[in-house]
Amino acid sequence: MFREITLGQYYQTDSVLHRLDPRVKVLGTLVYIISLFVVKDFAGYFYAGIFLGLLIVLSNVPFRYVLHGMRGILMLLAFTVVFNLFLTPGRPLVHFWKLTITYEGVDFASKMAIRLTFLIIGSTMMTLTTTPNQLTDALESLMGPLKVLHVPVHEIAMMMSIALRFIPILTEETDKIKKAQMARGADFESGRLTARVRSMVPILVPLFVSAFRRANDLALAMEARCYRGSEGRTRMKPLIYRRKDIAAYTVLAVYFAGAIAVRVFF
Amino acid sequence: MGIAEMVRTRGLSHRYERKDEEGNVESVVEALTDVDLDIQRGQFVAVLGHNGSGKSTLAKHINALLFPTGGTVCIDGMDTNDAQNLWKVRQEAGMVFQNPDNQIIGQVVEEDVGFGPENLGVPTAEIWERVKESLKIVGMEEYAKRSPNRLSGGQKQRVSIAGVLAMHPKCIIMDEPTAMLDPGGRREVIRAARALNDVEGITIILITHYMEEAVCADRVFVMNEGRLAMQGTPREVFSRVDELRAIHLDVPQATLLSSELEKGGLKLEKGILTREELAEALGLTEKVKTSGKPAASDVSLHSEEAGEAAQLAKAREDILTVENVSYLYDQGSAMESCALKDLTLHIPEGQFTGFIGHTGSGKSTLVQLLNGLLEPTSGRILYRGRDIRGEGSDRRKLRSDVGLVFQYPEYQLFEADVLTDVMFGPKNLGLTAQEQEQRAREALAQVGLEEKYYSQSPFELSGGEKRRAAIAGVLAMHPEVLVLDEPTAGLDPAGRDEILELLKTLHERDGKTVLLVSHSMEDVARYVERIVVLDRGTVFRDGTPREVFQDSAGLEKIGLAAPEITYIMQCLRDRGLDVPVHALTAEEAAAEILAARGRGQGGV
Repeated sequence: MFREITLGQYYQTDSVLHRLDPRVKVLGTLVYIISLFVVKDFAGYFYAGIFLGLLIVLSNVPFRYVLHGMRGILMLLAFTVVFNLFLTPGRPLVHFWKLTITYEGVDFASKMAIRLTFLIIGSTMMTLTTTPNQLTDALESLMGPLKVLHVPVHEIAMMMSIALRFIPILTEETDKIKKAQMARGADFESGRLTARVRSMVPILVPLFVSAFRRANDLALAMEARCYRGSEGRTRMKPLIYRRKDIAAYTVLAVYFAGAIAVRVFF
Repeated sequence: MGIAEMVRTRGLSHRYERKDEEGNVESVVEALTDVDLDIQRGQFVAVLGHNGSGKSTLAKHINALLFPTGGTVCIDGMDTNDAQNLWKVRQEAGMVFQNPDNQIIGQVVEEDVGFGPENLGVPTAEIWERVKESLKIVGMEEYAKRSPNRLSGGQKQRVSIAGVLAMHPKCIIMDEPTAMLDPGGRREVIRAARALNDVEGITIILITHYMEEAVCADRVFVMNEGRLAMQGTPREVFSRVDELRAIHLDVPQATLLSSELEKGGLKLEKGILTREELAEALGLTEKVKTSGKPAASDVSLHSEEAGEAAQLAKAREDILTVENVSYLYDQGSAMESCALKDLTLHIPEGQFTGFIGHTGSGKSTLVQLLNGLLEPTSGRILYRGRDIRGEGSDRRKLRSDVGLVFQYPEYQLFEADVLTDVMFGPKNLGLTAQEQEQRAREALAQVGLEEKYYSQSPFELSGGEKRRAAIAGVLAMHPEVLVLDEPTAGLDPAGRDEILELLKTLHERDGKTVLLVSHSMEDVARYVERIVVLDRGTVFRDGTPREVFQDSAGLEKIGLAAPEITYIMQCLRDRGLDVPVHALTAEEAAAEILAARGRGQGGV
């Protein structure tokens, strides 16, 4: 069952965004996040919102999937809004008991909420349209210059991609071991916290042993297939910028310039 | 270059040294001793041997994953001791490993196949060509864009083979590639390996426990205790039945049967490997049209079977009852799939029952339902007449009454020593420390583990010993019913027989109800009283082994097969020998054949 889970939250469909080079999407997300901090007022947020809306339409991803990404930060969002609403000093708007809501508080809290929402949806758009694998490739390529500083960029990317492949396998294995220990009468649900933590040992030890065994097997298999790091290695799916990627960079640049213009002129 | 053998070893030795923390040598294991072996280009070679006989170490030498501590290994004329040859050797001699999950690197099938060529620095366009071509050869081109996690075991192994093929090797070593697969997957992989040898002319070195996979090899090597014990054509090697059995190896059923027949006084050719050869050796060359008249021997068949069936039906109370149980996975989601459909079963107390079905037949789901690890979507399960989910039922008590041994149970061992690990179950039952230890000792004695192992780490035991320790962990809970999911998977013939004999003893001596889940007909045939064949979540056949195996065609239709001995007897019968086809062991079959020949001569 666990094997069916798609990692990250990639939504499989075909769209312009899906076909873009992953590096464009990673850099694009970065630019978009920066732009959210460039704009200051509601006109600016309106501008950023329109751009985001266009992306969602272009991506062919149903809107409810886009909103899924928001669920995780709903609490954080609510907390931030309430906090800012009550604790920002300024001209009072409403006053009851010991609490005061100020004009500045409303202004600040709503801007904060918008900014956070756009930020999350913006980065969700990247993960929805890019497979974890493409993301790894993009990071490896973008971090390439760090090799000069002896950062093992290729190795990090390889580790990430192996981790992604083994997460579902190990998740399933955890489930199996848990059931096997339950069949021996283990109880993972009841008892106090310390007892429950201790009850994890019969799951964790076999899981680690198995992970090491798998790691060992995999290392042998990779060696047997002549793996020796990035040196002399070619790629089956090299990242190559095509015309649409250049176009996308242009659109991004125009958008960013627009954001600056909105900030300066409005 | 073209003259040299594909593989040539001279005086090859390998010692594993175990060092303590200060780097002093603690112990030395001599895994290979003085092996001289030649493998010619284009051959299909099988390497046999029990676990720990050194065959995997040998395989790793051929791929330059290990280097000789003595002697030499030459691959295609290249000495592996010469560091310059390393990558060339690994490219020319590819390797496929046992565990299908642990050798796939890519997250998409085609990317995994491309991994080798990428490492070799092959240009992008050519990588794509190689990937396409390799996937086509193993028949997996439709799956190029799939995630390997969604493939069956046999398909994963074929992807691994394609991954090696894409490196354009001259030789492929397969280290027990079928050990973790079901019969269908095994056939897929062997078929792919044969095709590579026949069509592409690639030298194949197949390491296996399964004799039927070795029968069609050009040459067979037998390893024992790190030495090359025998070599020759399959006919030469398998004619040495007693020697093979002495080193705990199986022989093909037809060979075994002919050796039994010889003991019974028949003179036969040496080295019979297949049923057809056996028939010919018995003078049965032509297929005879069946007259439709029942064979004389069928009388005995009926009486014998009726006796067994009566034994089954003898009023024993149900210990477990499965009533109209259905089970849906991922109910309500797009992935919803039905594992069991309206299943009804009665398991009488004290019965030894085998559950057979291929992967996805619902057998693993069924065993988890029996002790409440899963809950049926509909229907109910009764233990001694009471609903296991009904009021007043104790889940923990149920789990000790219905003990479940999972597949590869050794993977759940976790304590520092064997004894403490076995005490885990009794401890969870809330017994005193003294009782826990007493039960653990009893259980370990039951599975035949000696006292010297009690204080050892479970991770230091051999595969078969680990498995017995894990079974003891469940026995220590004193279950009334013992359910085992594929308890012999991945073991060599000796380990397999030990486990099956253990179950037989538990059933006969201790009167336990045993449910054995397996996909191996051969395993089950000799031991169980009753076989339930599952297919796509329903009962396909239910009866004594003899009843179930009669319909070998029906079993084949759902991807299973009757035991080889059934096919041998069918073949003899088709060719006019008046024998029943219900024999379950070679001894029984030999007796039937001798009797039939006696009758035949009497008639003439």
